[in-house]
Amino acid sequence: MIRSVTAQSPSSRATPPAPVIDMSTDLAGVLLPSPVLTASGCAGAGRELDQFFDITEIGAVVTKSIMLDPRSGRGTPRMAETPSGMLNSIGLQGPGVEVFLDKDLAWLRERGARAVVSIAGGSVDDFTRLASRLRHVSDIAAIEVNISCPNVESRGHVFACDPVAAADVIAAVRRNTAPGVPVFAKLSPDVTDIVAIAHSVVDAGADGLSMINTLLGMVIDTDTMRPALAGITGGLSGPAIRPVAVRCVYQVHAALPHIPILGMGGIRTGLDALEFVLAGASAVSVGTVSFHDPSAPARVARELAQALADRGFGSLTEAVGYAHRSHTAVPSARAERVYSPDGTQHPREAVEVEDLDPEFEAGAEG
Amino acid sequence: MASQAKTGAVQVTGEVVGLRRAGDYHVLTVTAGAIAERTKPGHFVAISVGGPQSSMLLRRAFSIHAAQSRGVYGGTIEVVFAAHGKGTEWLAGLRRHDPLNLVGPLGRPFALPKEPVSCVLVAGGYGSAPMFMLADQLRARGCRVHVLLGAATENRLFGVLEAKRIAASITITTDDGSLGHRGRVTDVLPDLLTRTNADVVYACGPMAMLAAVAKVSSAHGAYSQCAVEESMACGIGICMTCVLPVIGDDGITRMLRSCVDGPIFQGDRVRWDDVGTVPSDALGAPVIGGH
Ligand SMILES: Cc1cc2nc3c(=O)[nH]c(=O)nc-3n(C[C@H](O)[C@H](O)[C@H](O)COP(=O)(O)OP(=O)(O)OC[C@H]3O[C@@H](n4cnc5c(N)ncnc54)[C@H](O)[C@@H]3O)c2cc1C
Ligand SMILES: Cc1cc2nc3c(=O)[nH]c(=O)nc-3n(C[C@H](O)[C@H](O)[C@H](O)COP(=O)(O)O)c2cc1C
Ligand code: FES
Repeated sequence: MIRSVTAQSPSSRATPPAPVIDMSTDLAGVLLPSPVLTASGCAGAGRELDQFFDITEIGAVVTKSIMLDPRSGRGTPRMAETPSGMLNSIGLQGPGVEVFLDKDLAWLRERGARAVVSIAGGSVDDFTRLASRLRHVSDIAAIEVNISCPNVESRGHVFACDPVAAADVIAAVRRNTAPGVPVFAKLSPDVTDIVAIAHSVVDAGADGLSMINTLLGMVIDTDTMRPALAGITGGLSGPAIRPVAVRCVYQVHAALPHIPILGMGGIRTGLDALEFVLAGASAVSVGTVSFHDPSAPARVARELAQALADRGFGSLTEAVGYAHRSHTAVPSARAERVYSPDGTQHPREAVEVEDLDPEFEAGAEG
Repeated sequence: MASQAKTGAVQVTGEVVGLRRAGDYHVLTVTAGAIAERTKPGHFVAISVGGPQSSMLLRRAFSIHAAQSRGVYGGTIEVVFAAHGKGTEWLAGLRRHDPLNLVGPLGRPFALPKEPVSCVLVAGGYGSAPMFMLADQLRARGCRVHVLLGAATENRLFGVLEAKRIAASITITTDDGSLGHRGRVTDVLPDLLTRTNADVVYACGPMAMLAAVAKVSSAHGAYSQCAVEESMACGIGICMTCVLPVIGDDGITRMLRSCVDGPIFQGDRVRWDDVGTVPSDALGAPVIGGH
C-alpha cells in the first residue's frame, strides 16, 4: 500500500527517525497514547480513513454527531469552497443512535480503535435520552456534546450561544453518563465571550472542552446570484479559522487552566497542532484537512512529535499551555534556543524581552 | 485486515507524464502507482490542486479515462477535463514532471452484464471520458457496444475517433449542429434504443441528461446505469456533502453519498426530480409539525 505525505512542514524534509518523546495525554482521566484525534463530522466513524492510515494509532476517532433518530440532513449543495477553508451545511445527516451502535461503534470496537462519541439533539430531553442510551455501552472513551445545534424549544436558538441552555444540556448529559466517562462540551466561537460559556458548562459538570466548532458564514454564487448553499448559511472550517480557534483555546486555558481542552480549527500540520498545544490544548482534532489529505491525522501526529522534540520537550504534557508562561520569568533552557528553518538550534542571543501587558485582551482593535 | 485491502483507495504522489489538448478539453496523464492497477471503468480520482500550500483545500474529482498498470512509467492514469474554474485552470498549467497528489480509485465502478447483450453508451461532453475503458470491457465480454455522444459544439465532444474505432455504431449530436445531428442526445436516444434493441444503457454527463436517459431507458425496458456528478468535499465518504435521494431495494428513499455509494447509480433508483432536495418521505426527513 502506498502512503504518501505531502511535504508541508520542515519536519518532513527527510525521514527522521521517530523522536523518542512521550506523546500520551490525559483527557480528564482518559489516557490516550497520541494527542491527535479526528474531528466530528470529518471522519465518519473511521472506516474510510482506515484505508489511508492505521486508525488504531491515533488518539481516538471522534465520530459524526449522532442523534436519537435517523436524520436526512439538508438539501444540496451542502458545501462551498472558500479561501483556505470551506462552508458546510450538512444538517447532521446520520443513521440514528441504534444503527450507529450496531454498525459504527461495533466496527470501531472490533478494529480496536478508541472512540469518542459525539452526540447532538434538539432539546435537553434528546440529550438526556442519548446519554442514557450510551450509559451502558462499553468502549466509549469519552462523550463530546455538540451543543452547536438549534434548540427547538427556544425558537431555534443555538444551545452553545446561551450559557444557561448550554449548561442545562451539559448537566443532563453528565448526570446520565457513567462516572468514568468524561463529558466534553464542544463550544462554538460564534459568541461574544467564549470564556463565559466555558465557565458555565464547566460549572454544569463538563470534564473537558472541545473547541472550536465552525463559524457561521455564507457564500453567494455570483453566476446564479443566490446563496451557494441550499441551507443558505453554513459552518466555516479549515485553516482560514485557525487563528480564531487558537485565540479561543488561549483565552479559555488562561481562565480555566485545569480543564483539559481538545483543540481544533484548521489544523493542517504538526506546527499548527503545536500552536494549539502551546495555547493550552491537551489534545487536538484534525477535521477539514482530512478532506485534502486523508492521512492527515497520522501525519500531524508524527510532525507534532518531531516539532516537540526539535524544541527540546521530553513530553507533550510539558508543552501544554507553554505559551502562557510569564514573559518576565527566567527562561528555561529550551526557551533560549532559536530555530532556523533547517532545524538546527542555536543558543539565543541576549534579547531583551519587553514586559508586555500580561492582561490578555480580546478583540483589541475595532 | 480492512486497512490493507487491495481494493481500497490509496493516496499517491504521482508525476505528470503529459498534458495535451483535445478540442476544448485537456487530457492529463500522470503516474499513479497502485491506483492504475486497481482502476475499473467508472472509478474516479480526487486530485489535489494548487500545490502543497494551496488555499484550495478540496480535491477535484475526475472520471478515470484510462489506466495502464504497466509501462515505462509504471502505472499511469489519464483524466480528461474542462478548465473552467480555479482548480482546473491550475491543472491546465501543469508541466511534465510536476508532482501531483492523487487519491483513488474512488467510487463504485459500472456493473458489467454477465451475458453478451446489446449496450448503448450515452455521454454528454467530457462524460465520454470513462466510456472507452467500459466499452473495451463490454466488448471483451462479447457485448455489442453502441455509442451516443452529445455536446454543445464539436469542440466539446471528446473521443469521436476512438469511439468510431471501438463501437458497432456511433451517433453524434451537437446543440449547434456543428457535427452530427443538431439537438440533444435525448432527441435521438429512443430511436437508437429501438434500433439496437438495447438491454443496458450506460450514461455519464450533466444531471438533466442523466434524468432524461434514465426515463427513456425505463420506457424501453432497458436497465440503465448513470454516473452522477455531485459536488464533493472529500470524495472518500467522510463528509456527507455529495448526497442525493436514491430508492433502495426495500423501497425506502435514502440520501446516499455519491462518492462511495455511487457515482454510478441505477437510473430507475435515483429520484431525479428531487435531486438537490430531501424528499419528505426520505428516511430521516424532517417531520412536519415535529422536529
Ligand atoms: C465523480 C465526478 C467525476 C467528474 N469527472 C470529471 C471529468 O472527467 N472531467 C471534468 O472536466 N470534470 C469532471 N468532474 C467535475 C469536476 O470535478 C469539476 O469540474 C471541478 O471540480 C471544478 O473545479 P474548479 O476548481 O475548476 O472549479 P471551482 O468552481 O473553482 O470549484 C469550486 C469547488 O466546487 C467544486 N465543483 C465545481 N464544479 C463542480 C462540478 N461540476 N462537479 C463537482 N464539483 C464541482 C470543486 O470540486 C470545488 O470544490 C467530475 C465530478 C465528479 C463529482
Ligand atoms: C463537513 C463537516 C461536518 C461537520 N460535522 C460536525 C458534527 O457533526 N458535529 C460537530 O460537533 N462538529 C462538526 N463539524 C465541525 C468540526 O468537527 C470542527 O469543529 C470544525 O470543522 C473545525 O475544525 P477543522 O477546521 O479542522 O475542520 C463538521 C465540520 C465539517 C467541515
Ligand atoms: S464527498 Fe464526502 S462523503 Fe461524498
